Amino acid sequence: MTLARKTAHELRELYRAGSATPDQTVAELKSRIAAKDGRLNCYVGFDAAGSGVRRNVPQDRPLWGVPVAIKDNICVEGQEATCASKILKGYVAPYNATATERLLEAGAILLGRANMDEFAFGSSCESSCYGPTRNPWDAERVPGGSSGGSAASVAADLAIASLGSDTGGSIRQPASFCGVVGLKPTYGRVSRYGLIAFASSLDQIGPFTKDVRDCALLTSVLAGYDPKDSTSADVPVPDYLSEIGKSVKGLRVGLPEEYFGKGIQPEVEAAVRSAIEKLRALGVEVRPVSLPHTKYAVSVYYLVAPSECSSNLARFDGVRFGRRSEGARNLLEMYERSRGEGFGAEARRRIVLGTFALSSGYYDAYYLRAMRVRTLIRRDFEEAFKEVDALVTPTSPSAAFKIGEKSADPIQMYLSDIYTISANLAGVPALSMPCGLAQGLPVGLQLIAKPFDEQALFRLGSALERELAFPRSAAREAA
Amino acid sequence: MSSFDLRHVARLARLHFTDAELKPFESQLSKILGFVEELKEVNVDGVEPTSHPLAVANVFRADEPVQSLDVEPFLARAPKARGRFFEVPKIIEDRS
Repeated sequence: MTLARKTAHELRELYRAGSATPDQTVAELKSRIAAKDGRLNCYVGFDAAGSGVRRNVPQDRPLWGVPVAIKDNICVEGQEATCASKILKGYVAPYNATATERLLEAGAILLGRANMDEFAFGSSCESSCYGPTRNPWDAERVPGGSSGGSAASVAADLAIASLGSDTGGSIRQPASFCGVVGLKPTYGRVSRYGLIAFASSLDQIGPFTKDVRDCALLTSVLAGYDPKDSTSADVPVPDYLSEIGKSVKGLRVGLPEEYFGKGIQPEVEAAVRSAIEKLRALGVEVRPVSLPHTKYAVSVYYLVAPSECSSNLARFDGVRFGRRSEGARNLLEMYERSRGEGFGAEARRRIVLGTFALSSGYYDAYYLRAMRVRTLIRRDFEEAFKEVDALVTPTSPSAAFKIGEKSADPIQMYLSDIYTISANLAGVPALSMPCGLAQGLPVGLQLIAKPFDEQALFRLGSALERELAFPRSAAREAA
Repeated sequence: MSSFDLRHVARLARLHFTDAELKPFESQLSKILGFVEELKEVNVDGVEPTSHPLAVANVFRADEPVQSLDVEPFLARAPKARGRFFEVPKIIEDRS
């Protein structure tokens, strides 16, 4: 039996038919983890018993018996939640995140905590205090980030699915690098209660899965209003699974000219363009569109996100939780040393940058101006969606890069999110799915839709997936 | 933005840097600020800022008492606690 290879919906069928049990799936995954994860480093911790956290719920629940990995910034009661940072090592979550709670109620088994860039600051999973995660397709390369452990665990069949969080591409870019499906839902679609905050106007929790149907399945479990998150939207959750396999004939998709051409790896562009031809063959109307303020998205993001993070991370002060530096002579020194010793380089860079952008005399020129340009970026999407149902772009300008290749140059690292950042700034949903290979490495295609229209992503994504026959098994063999 | 004063901003952020760290961080941050200078070329006259993609304001829950989480588990997670308080180094100097 090769249960570790299955999707969640395939496992459901096997369980229903009585030909497999959740314990068998967990046992298989655990033995794969024991064999492979010493090298890949997808997981940073497990529950004490090591058999996964589960709740006794009826078998007809949508994720009954499905083992999932949870990014280390999403709280699971009684387990560490460290954001892969020294400052939170040893911190045990006192309650479940709403996303965690929804998974447990749906019958999922929480298999372990997935590695990430420290506090989700990064695009390569190299800034984790637990060391980098490696890409299952090529262990000398990064899995992308920040949700690198979540993406790699699914790609290497060390989890059936996983949760990540996406602030500027942290689900979609690693999904692209690892050849799996990843969704950043609409801002407000999934509750963030119990997600350790990075940038509160951008963060969203979302799933990593092996196919689009599983993505719809997990999203239908995660989505919905939560009174515990004041930014959660009270908007009905449609039947996402009914979109799978529906005809896409007559749908209109736009190709934003700003996302093709300059700076993109030629093999990446070729793979995305060939997938677009497949959409056209299915009867989708493809037309050019323009999002003229795209070129400013990275700059806007690297002012807005650090500003919000400098505010959110002020709570890590050595007083109420996390690490306190010993031997400080007074309160100020205790704050400065606890934070100086506890945060890694990129976290400190972003805190200082954000503090500067919000400081007296600079606020108008930096933070306020960035928020104004953000409005123009959002309007670009509103204009485009008057003409089309969805946008198609590459997820990242390149396939997975080498470990160490960009870690010395923050700006080069930031630019690897150039195609994903705008969706967070505008609050729109976006899905990355594998569409081909570039020199043997996965290429991600990004679908972007109107706010609260995840249905369009699932419909187009599942139709395209059937045409592509992406060789997912290559990662399993390589890992 | 060549005059980025890391020492000043780090103090505002309550973040300690060693002397050896100051120079390389300062030069990286100056580069990043140089990069975002491109926003100055955008005409934003009359454009309202977006602080948040969802148009919601003043979200209130129903005014009904609910059971809160207990205090003890939170105190147990603090680096130092005494009784029902978090303990920190002395703030006011002895003058005696």
